[in-house]
Amino acid sequence: MSDIMTAKNLNLWYGETHALKNVNITIPEKSITAFIGPSGCGKSTFLKTLNRMNDLIPSVKITGEVCYNGQNIYDNSVDVNELRREIGMVFQKPNPFPMSIYDNIAYGPRTHGIKSKVKLDEIVEQSLRDAAIWDEVKDRLKKNALGMSGGQQQRLCIARALAVKPKILLMDEPTSALDPISTSRIEELAIELKKCYTIVIVTHNMQQAVRISDNTAFFLLGELIEYGETEKLFSQPTDKRTEDYITGRFG
Amino acid sequence: MKKNKMIERTIHGIFLILGLLTVGCVLLITVYLVISGIPAITEIRLFDFLFGTKWASTAAQPSYGILPFILTSVYGTAGAILIGVPIGFFAAVYLSKLANPKVKTIMEEAVSLLAGIPSVVYGLVGMLVLVPAVREIFDIPDGASLFSAIIVLAIMILPSIIKVSMTALEAVPKEYEDASLALGATPVETYFKVSVPAAKSGIAAAVVLGVGRAIGEAMAVMMVSGNVPNMPSLFQSVRFLTTAVASEMSYSSGLQQQALFSIALVLFLFIMLINATLNFFLKKEKD
Ligand SMILES: Nc1ncnc2c1ncn2[C@@H]1O[C@H](COP(=O)(O)OP(=O)(O)OP(=O)(O)O)[C@@H](O)[C@H]1O
Ligand SMILES: [Mg+2]
Repeated sequence: MSDIMTAKNLNLWYGETHALKNVNITIPEKSITAFIGPSGCGKSTFLKTLNRMNDLIPSVKITGEVCYNGQNIYDNSVDVNELRREIGMVFQKPNPFPMSIYDNIAYGPRTHGIKSKVKLDEIVEQSLRDAAIWDEVKDRLKKNALGMSGGQQQRLCIARALAVKPKILLMDEPTSALDPISTSRIEELAIELKKCYTIVIVTHNMQQAVRISDNTAFFLLGELIEYGETEKLFSQPTDKRTEDYITGRFG
Repeated sequence: MKKNKMIERTIHGIFLILGLLTVGCVLLITVYLVISGIPAITEIRLFDFLFGTKWASTAAQPSYGILPFILTSVYGTAGAILIGVPIGFFAAVYLSKLANPKVKTIMEEAVSLLAGIPSVVYGLVGMLVLVPAVREIFDIPDGASLFSAIIVLAIMILPSIIKVSMTALEAVPKEYEDASLALGATPVETYFKVSVPAAKSGIAAAVVLGVGRAIGEAMAVMMVSGNVPNMPSLFQSVRFLTTAVASEMSYSSGLQQQALFSIALVLFLFIMLINATLNFFLKKEKD
């Protein structure tokens, strides 16, 4: 498996707060990488450096590199909008637009210039199928997306992200607001999706990391403490702090 | 315990009375306007009153048609909305989403100041600057016209349109905008395709509020519109519903005075309609 993203000596400050300290990590293609760690350790922050969503916060300062396909995404020549199209994101709280289900999915493709109704119909159906929600919504595509259940909304958000055909999908605690059944559906979905996409997922649920991820990264106070194959990290952690965390001794 | 309950009740009572006082005022005005507005309408006849094109209240053969006023008010308001809404809307988008904090603070301050200027001052500046300028630019005998009034009204409604739209735009959850940006949309695309649609009822409310402001304004338009009861035409002197009441009330009597009350009643009905529309949009915004 080849590597799709690499962070090199990445540091990030929110004003004076040093939120990421010299992070080095390599994310393999078509796999699921999980980020775990106690609250406030910088998981979301790091995830957002991968598609430059941190640019939106004025006080943020970043040093180091994040390479995607060999190109530093913080380089001046990089088109941020194109980058975000290729590296999609699913947020902690399901956030469908207050529009119809159809328009939610079609939003991205339309933004990127697709106007043909036939083409859009096709993308909408395919994305909803890929997100395993087509059967539930195919009869009410024109209904407002806010009328769906939380679990459906989150799968809709995944479908919306897939509709622009990204290469990587970043998910920040996508199941933390969902019930167990919706959660397991999203987990199954993630495993299905990794055939075609690279997935990076932040989770507080260690069983979830074990169940779905190939590699796991453990963060603590802005540092990447340990990173490796999920199975190994959870069975024989090399760092004392990782062991303490996964055995529930703190965090 | 008992004492607390007493105090609680007393305070509750006081608030209730104060609330009822407001309602009482509205009721009183409504009843008064209806009672004093009806007689002239019955005497002149509703149709002739509303659709008569000639207002000559002091002529030997008086004529009481208020269509010129109604149309002037409608055209004047429409014109002000046509000019003021796009400007106010884009200003609101700019201020709530794009402007850097410093610019935003200064401009918001300016908008508040604009809202606080008394309408007689608008009228004065309009009279001394705008009216002569309109006369020069369009080469017409008198610059005091519907056009000048529209310009003044457009400026006067800007603050309410900007402020109410801004409130609506700023209330759009950031999650919507993040989702759009994360799909690769540019910030400007995001604001116009996600934020604005999400704030549309609030923006509609801003427009309706602007309509209310414009139709109810008297002093400023009186000073720049020439105040002549012509059928409206862009570069002619005109008279609005509000100014029709204001300009004749002090010396009127008999049927003429009663007719002025009827005009006020018509104006009042317009405002009621606008308020109902406004409430409709505000309620929609809440849901
Ligand atoms: N917008 C911001 N401005 C300033 N500081 C921030 C901002 N966002 C996060 N931080 C700080 O950066 C640190 C890392 O936050 P981050 O949200 O990345 O943690 P997290 O690991 O995702 O936590 P959680 O599990 O609670 O989501 C925290 O100390 C937090 O207070
Ligand atoms: Mg987080």
